[in-house]
Amino acid sequence: MKVKLNRKVLLGLSAAAAVILLLLLFSTDMVLFDPKGTIGLQQENLIIISVLLMAIIILPVLFMVVYFPYKYRHSNHNAEYKPKWEHSTRIELVVWTVPCLIILALASITYKTAYSLDPRKEIIAEQPPLTVQVVAMNWKWLFIYPEQQIATVNELAMPVNRPVRFLVTSDSTMNSFFIPQLGSQVYAMAGMENRMNLMATEQGIYRGISANYSGNGFANMRFKAHVVDENSFNLWLDKVKSADKTLNDNAYALLTANAKEQIKTPHPVTYFSSVDPLRFKDIIEKHSGVQNGL
Amino acid sequence: MAYKGDVHAEPDLIFGRLNWDVIPFNDPVIVPVMLAVVLGGIGLLGLITYLGKWKYLWQEWFTSVDHKKIGIMYIIVALVMMVRGFSDAILMRSQQAASTIDASYLPPEHYDQVFTAHGAIMIFFVAMPLVVGLMNVIVPLQIGARDVAFPFLNSLSFWLFVAGAILINISLFVGEFAATGWLAYPPLSGMEYNPWVGVDYWLWSLQISGIGTLLTGINFVVTIIRMRAPGMKLMQMPVFTWTSLCSNILIILAFPILTVTLTLLTLDRYIGTHFFTNDLGGNQMMYVNLIWAWGHPEVYILVLPAFGIFSEITATFSRKRLFGYTSLVWATAVITILSFIVWLHHFFTMGAGASVNAFFGIATMIISIPTGVKIFNWLFTMYKGRVEFSASMWWTIAFLFTFTIGGMTGVMLAIPAANFVLHNSLFVIAHFHNVIIGGAVFGYFAGFTYWFPKATGFTLDEKLGKISCALWTIGFFVAFMPVYVLGFNGMTRRLNVADNPEWAPLLWIAAFGVCIIAAGIATQFYQIFVSIRDRNKNRDLTGDHWHGRTLEWATSSPPAFYNFATLPKIHDRDEHHYRKEQGLAYQQPANYQPIHMPKNTWAGVVIGLLSVLFGFAFVWHIWWLVIAGSLAMLGAWVAYSFQRSKDYYVQAAEVAAIENTHLQQVYQARPDYYQQHIKPARS
Repeated sequence: MKVKLNRKVLLGLSAAAAVILLLLLFSTDMVLFDPKGTIGLQQENLIIISVLLMAIIILPVLFMVVYFPYKYRHSNHNAEYKPKWEHSTRIELVVWTVPCLIILALASITYKTAYSLDPRKEIIAEQPPLTVQVVAMNWKWLFIYPEQQIATVNELAMPVNRPVRFLVTSDSTMNSFFIPQLGSQVYAMAGMENRMNLMATEQGIYRGISANYSGNGFANMRFKAHVVDENSFNLWLDKVKSADKTLNDNAYALLTANAKEQIKTPHPVTYFSSVDPLRFKDIIEKHSGVQNGL
Repeated sequence: MAYKGDVHAEPDLIFGRLNWDVIPFNDPVIVPVMLAVVLGGIGLLGLITYLGKWKYLWQEWFTSVDHKKIGIMYIIVALVMMVRGFSDAILMRSQQAASTIDASYLPPEHYDQVFTAHGAIMIFFVAMPLVVGLMNVIVPLQIGARDVAFPFLNSLSFWLFVAGAILINISLFVGEFAATGWLAYPPLSGMEYNPWVGVDYWLWSLQISGIGTLLTGINFVVTIIRMRAPGMKLMQMPVFTWTSLCSNILIILAFPILTVTLTLLTLDRYIGTHFFTNDLGGNQMMYVNLIWAWGHPEVYILVLPAFGIFSEITATFSRKRLFGYTSLVWATAVITILSFIVWLHHFFTMGAGASVNAFFGIATMIISIPTGVKIFNWLFTMYKGRVEFSASMWWTIAFLFTFTIGGMTGVMLAIPAANFVLHNSLFVIAHFHNVIIGGAVFGYFAGFTYWFPKATGFTLDEKLGKISCALWTIGFFVAFMPVYVLGFNGMTRRLNVADNPEWAPLLWIAAFGVCIIAAGIATQFYQIFVSIRDRNKNRDLTGDHWHGRTLEWATSSPPAFYNFATLPKIHDRDEHHYRKEQGLAYQQPANYQPIHMPKNTWAGVVIGLLSVLFGFAFVWHIWWLVIAGSLAMLGAWVAYSFQRSKDYYVQAAEVAAIENTHLQQVYQARPDYYQQHIKPARS
């Protein structure tokens, strides 16, 4: 009797611990469930819908995992025992059909969202999209605004409610360009241009990262994405335009040369008041070599 | 960009790139480990010498071609490597947690090697040898064979695997290991960004052990197809044999892709080709596709045999026939085929179009259907059964619970549009640890517990086994549930410092969870120690300790080196259970025949160890040793081929003596059965 009581206490304690752990976990700052852009919002919904759909089958299974061994435990002689029973067409039919139906539903959602949330799909809004060229370097992010002919390192600014078209490449290893609260990410690969369209719907400062390990300074490849109103965006552009530095060949060479320092500390935010409009193209072609007939 | 290679001198003709500077004598983490390993190694070698066991080890183990002994050696090496890989895990979890209070102690150059080594070791040198070891011990017994189809090749496979393991461990003390992530994506793994020896260690240890795995695959497919006992139809094979067959078919199809991919990267690094570089027409996307065209089937290579193990255990301890055998087999076959058309889900974010992403996403989800069916099959095997909660059943129930959750998060990741925010985040880390620990590894531990008496002749301590299972399971949830949530918190993988204070509590909980798992592992080793110490109390005299259903339980524990004195004729899927019911088990034939057996050979161990030299020479650009090593391996193989006496006959009298002893034990241990079936049959 004593043993049983202890077991009960132990079970209760561990259940309480599990609940506390779960509460603690879900009280943290889950940025993916706090999206600040149109794409991120749809992705949040998608994640929630998929979990709910699967819960239809996962929860009964988890229940059976606990209940069956308990009910049919060796000491329970009241339970039915059929040692030769090995087949039931009815059960087989259910266990094949139900997962099939759920996957059918999920697959149709998957198919639809693969198109609607394709990073390359342009976002239609009142304002025309802003283009930002993104270059992953060892180990920092270079952002070129071709229309404004300015460039920054490790700081991104974008107007709220205006679509942004990111053209993403790398001048070294493979990285992934990602602002978690705004939505999708794409790989940055040398010699290639990847496209991604995002639109922020709420002002704020959001974390931006590389989401693909790219070498020793990888953890320092972080930047702040400032989502601001049109006015502040223009002010920011003016601030960058008044910077001393310009992104000429020398300045670019310097950027690539100081990689080692970024193993220790992130590259400071840097503004370039002007940039060669062909800089982005040059960076891509530098790595595409014979593919482009060079 | 060469920030490591540039401090090193030009290759020397005799020593290549090797010199005293490459040993990290001033590293505060590595030096104590190195001292411990060197002293421990000397101690172990000294102990073996002192006990005079070298001859025994050489004759009974190192040169053995007996599948059971090779299997046991695989498992021993795997457990040793698990300690190494788990130490890396502790370093990573503690580093990330410590970094939240500015107490991180590993510089990125070191930390990046740690997570690369953790991944490579856990997959190639822990999970693979555990599964290959269990297959080695059990599959020939389950199909009523006397050994595998190619016993020498089996020994060679094992020693090539050991060579890879030795090489990856040398990298800890001589030079460095890759700091690229476990799959070493170029261009990061190319000469331009990683000019030093780390990636070369990765390449050669994987290449050499990978060849061993490929040979194993061929060996087991031939064994299962050709060497089944008379009368055993395919649909009568035990499920573990079925899943092993599918797993080995996957090895044959997938490992050549790995071999070729590694070779192309090797060419890029050694002779300056441009298959995967940024420049001159190379394409990194090709590498990513190829490595995952191997990498995804690899996941199923690891997990399918675990599914087989759970099937055997659930049926045995539910005291009931396996529910839905046919659909289980078909589900396995479907998974085998589908596993080859889902590789792209590892990189939806690389920029493929919506149609491509949708195809691979949906193909991935479809795999969850047969996998889900398997879970139902195990559940309905327990249904209307008499479930006995042995330690291996504990692992099975822990698996069912954990793996179901891992399956769900896997399907979430398979939705491309959701994957765009979850990719490379800690959510992915949590998912694949969920399915590899909660799926594959729990399966290996279940199988280890279940078949331990079969391999050794005595049982593992059940109580410690259950404690270990509880610690592992609780530890897993405490360690990895926070990791799932960290993914939602926007934390990406492979960060050597966690720069966001919001993550701190979760990282500390995860680090605590790893300590619980550590206690689970410690309990397992203590369990093995206790069980060996008390082996005389826990002898399995019948060879059928759990009242098993399949053919391996018809042999003694451990089985005689020839497994079966007479090849059994198969009547039923659960052949041994059928025989016990019908009174056909433990019958003695009128007379025994001589048995044809392979002789032990030095060739496997010699070629295997020579390949360490060969790989090491390649890593350090010691060209003369590369040539010498290749010639020596070739020479050894040729010499072995010319050896005439490779087999012998066990005389009928010897067989009769061994069998009589065993059957006497059985009759004493199971007098009821003896009374009921054997005696009347005799009189």
